[in-house]
Amino acid sequence: MFALRPDRFRPASAAGGAGQRRGTPDARTGPTATVEVFVDGIPVRVPEGASAAAAVLLAGSPLIRETPVTGAPRLPYCLMGVCFDCLAEIDGIANRQACMVPAVPGMRIAPQRGARVAFRS
Amino acid sequence: MSCDLAIIGAGPAGMAAAVEAVDLGLSVAVIDENPAPGGQIFRGLEGAAGDAALGADYAAGLPLLRAFRALRIGYRPATTLWHLEPEEGVLSLLAAGTTSELTAGRVLLATGAQERPVPIPGWTLPGVMTAGAAQILLKTAGAVPKGRTVLAGQGPLLWLLAAQLARAGAPPALILETRPKGRLAEALRAGGLLAGAPLLAKGLALLAKTRRIPRLRAVTGLHAEGTGHVRRVLWDGGATECDTLLLHEGVVPATHIPLALGLEHDWDEAQRCWRPRVDAYGASSHPRVAVAGDGAGIGGWQAAVAAGRLAALDAARRVGRLTEAGFARRAGPLLATRRAALALRPFLDALYAPPGWVLAPPEDATLVCRCEEVTAGQVRAAARLGATGPNQLKAYCRAGMGPCQGRMCGATVAALIAEARGTTPEAVGTLRPRAPYKPLTVAELARTG
Amino acid sequence: MRDDSFDAIVVGGGLVGAAIAWGLQRQGLATALLDEGDVAYRASRGNFGLVWVQSKGLGAPWYQRWTRASAGEWPALAEELGARSGEDLGLRQPGGVHLCLSEAEFADRAARMERMQREAGNYPYAYRMIEAPELREMLPGLGPRVVGASWTPYDGHANPLRLLHALHRAFVAAGGAYVPNAKVEEGHAAPRDFAVTAGGRRFAAPRIVLAAGLGNAELAPRFGLAAPVRPQRGQVLVTERAAELLPMPTTTIRQTQEGSLMMGDSMEEVGFDLRQTPEVMRQIAERAVLSFPWIGQLNIVRAWSALRVMAPDGLPIYDQSARFPGAFTANCHSGVTLAGAHARLLAPMIAEGALDPMLDPFTAGRFDVRAAS
Ligand SMILES: Cc1cc2nc3c(=O)[nH]c(=O)nc-3n(C[C@H](O)[C@H](O)[C@H](O)COP(=O)(O)OP(=O)(O)OC[C@H]3O[C@@H](n4cnc5c(N)ncnc54)[C@H](O)[C@@H]3O)c2cc1C
Ligand code: FES
Repeated sequence: MFALRPDRFRPASAAGGAGQRRGTPDARTGPTATVEVFVDGIPVRVPEGASAAAAVLLAGSPLIRETPVTGAPRLPYCLMGVCFDCLAEIDGIANRQACMVPAVPGMRIAPQRGARVAFRS
Repeated sequence: MSCDLAIIGAGPAGMAAAVEAVDLGLSVAVIDENPAPGGQIFRGLEGAAGDAALGADYAAGLPLLRAFRALRIGYRPATTLWHLEPEEGVLSLLAAGTTSELTAGRVLLATGAQERPVPIPGWTLPGVMTAGAAQILLKTAGAVPKGRTVLAGQGPLLWLLAAQLARAGAPPALILETRPKGRLAEALRAGGLLAGAPLLAKGLALLAKTRRIPRLRAVTGLHAEGTGHVRRVLWDGGATECDTLLLHEGVVPATHIPLALGLEHDWDEAQRCWRPRVDAYGASSHPRVAVAGDGAGIGGWQAAVAAGRLAALDAARRVGRLTEAGFARRAGPLLATRRAALALRPFLDALYAPPGWVLAPPEDATLVCRCEEVTAGQVRAAARLGATGPNQLKAYCRAGMGPCQGRMCGATVAALIAEARGTTPEAVGTLRPRAPYKPLTVAELARTG
Repeated sequence: MRDDSFDAIVVGGGLVGAAIAWGLQRQGLATALLDEGDVAYRASRGNFGLVWVQSKGLGAPWYQRWTRASAGEWPALAEELGARSGEDLGLRQPGGVHLCLSEAEFADRAARMERMQREAGNYPYAYRMIEAPELREMLPGLGPRVVGASWTPYDGHANPLRLLHALHRAFVAAGGAYVPNAKVEEGHAAPRDFAVTAGGRRFAAPRIVLAAGLGNAELAPRFGLAAPVRPQRGQVLVTERAAELLPMPTTTIRQTQEGSLMMGDSMEEVGFDLRQTPEVMRQIAERAVLSFPWIGQLNIVRAWSALRVMAPDGLPIYDQSARFPGAFTANCHSGVTLAGAHARLLAPMIAEGALDPMLDPFTAGRFDVRAAS
């Protein structure tokens, strides 16, 4: 589980609640602008420049994907494009390497559960 | 599109090479899969330079980054190289779902390093990640682990991260150092202390900053446990609760593309990894391709900057933009800088040599290939059956066939084969990766050309 | 150097050699299977995995029959290997289609299939030309450009890497000696008396089977045989895993046991050149998207090129040396398809010491212009 840095972002005044700002910028410690994205449908604010994988970690999701081999849960492991354990569905596109995709306002990130469905008749 | 020099990777080596090459009048293109320049070490620097928690060394990258940003070159962020034909110098690229080609007189691979995999039981559990990953979160997402964090492993990055987390208000609860007993004596014998004194002083200062964090030394038998998420980390003789386990056993060159190109490689016994064979200026075994920075052997960012500039000089000399005399004049100081930056390496390599149980996990049930979920036991069995190297082994049991294409398991598989067949990783050899180096969709490929 | 004595030596541990070695060991012959190391020209690691019948043997009905026989042996092979190695070889033989993307292709194909049936004579050869509307019912998400397909009930596919692994495992479990890092460079040949040196050891046996794929071209003449095979490059693309969708394989697209979509495979005359080329990869991708547009969104996670083992007429080569009886060659470019026949039909013949007359047309003598005239 990850949280915004206490030295840089003031903690939210109240916990939970859809649309709640998880962190409020603090002017003393540099750029702290945030963007809102949706992780599995739930809004979460993440600093500008963070990746979609970071958003999933900040959202506290239990997993970002289930492996297609055994269904085991995974979260990002390397965050630098090496391990491919961050494959997620981003804005409707399956199996994207979430650690290489910058979070942008309104982005929708959903976990990748097992093998993707390529076609529905 | 064509250029004199195509640089893959906008880390210290790539940025420095670009700056130098432009100065020498070469036309330059820089390709990087990340959305901003900086590479691993200076990742997110433009947004977080003022951040005290990250330390002075981080901000030291700013002048280079600014010089790079000021260049009028074809810098292509968020772009992946998925194929390279070295004979004709043709690069196949993918950016925002569109493929394109670029022709280059010379290609410099400055693709840096990756963290060495630490295949312990439970390392695929959510909540277990690399120390580098936590550092990236700190730099680019202003995020720190919540709850009880344990750091396990060894190496300079581990200490740096401990200090950074502490400064960011989230100090780790415990550091489990895996450095075996007796390594310090070996390291002292490896030498380099005198020439490396300034770097050593920096390192010791760093250690001092993490003094207050509890630690255990010479830990073995590391293990992560939990259902659905890591809850406990265990080691021989102990265990503790944790919410996040961060692993680190140093970094190794990212050899994926050099190996795919069939460049000659040498086994680096000190760093227990393969590195492309290059001369003093980064020239590889292929006449059109050079490799610079950590991708050619781990040396840190200062060495990488020097290596990048040297590779640029070499590129300029080859197309007649630099006379031999001019080359020698410029190269001399850079060679000296790099020598100084590398002085402490023998000491560090000996001090932080990964223990055998990290290189070849002893327990058969341990997952080795995270993508295809292949265990150490399956790899051993395939090696005993007759797989003498990772390529035949991949055919036998799929290790290395998933989306990461063996980046995570390749070295472990080779070490296990060596163990099972009574030989050395050097004799076992490497995977031969193929294109696409990074996935692209069928539709994206279909539209190429 | 001391001789290691065996009943048979098989040179080449690819699909052909391993199938024969397993077949020999299964007959009770102590067999040594000599192979190169980790990096070698090894078609068995790079193929497409079809157990394919419908297009084999135009103008050569004996090849059609041999292929059909092999497809018929496959279920027993898969079951036996599965039981002995614990591997599911993923054999599926639901029939298969060859998609036609234009009226011209369709007409061509129809003529070809008609001729195949005619040449089959009294040996039944069932096929149908299926037009787009009916085909759409059979195959989900077919592209608008597809005008039809040829279909036969005999076609199928399997997991070729599991096949290779299972053959090696079953062979070793039955007592066979699989020896990697043992490239055969030289040998001694006399009737029913052979010896080779490889990997620092010497192996002797009254029988030797040359199944070294492309290596056979060089090896065969040393044993009184000929194997004029050449490399033909094929490139293949593989996607990430997808939920199961394709009920049957096509000539160039199949969904694997794991769910990946496999797309192949080019035929390029480029000699011993294993490079991949973006343009050929693109053509393969384009044809796949035209056939099934939904494949377009899938990520390609792997791709490769491999060299087929091709005789001048594309048919297999099987021979016993007249000068050195006991020396055999086996070469083919469909080692997956023919694995059933190699393990269960050819190996017993080799064990007996004589190839069945049905294999006579496969002699390399057919390429000898003087002999033929
Ligand atoms: C792209 C492609 C697609 C294909 N698709 C299909 C398909 O769908 N269905 C199908 O049935 N077939 C297919 N094939 C063909 C099939 O892969 C081959 O027919 C089969 O693998 C050939 O097997 P082999 O054992 O003769 O050759 P190989 O697999 O090449 O094996 C030869 C072996 O001999 C060893 N060797 C060579 N020289 C020596 C020596 N001197 N000493 C010791 N060992 C030696 C090599 O190391 C190797 O292991 C395809 C091939 C390609 C390239
Ligand atoms: S977390 Fe490893 S590739 Fe994204």
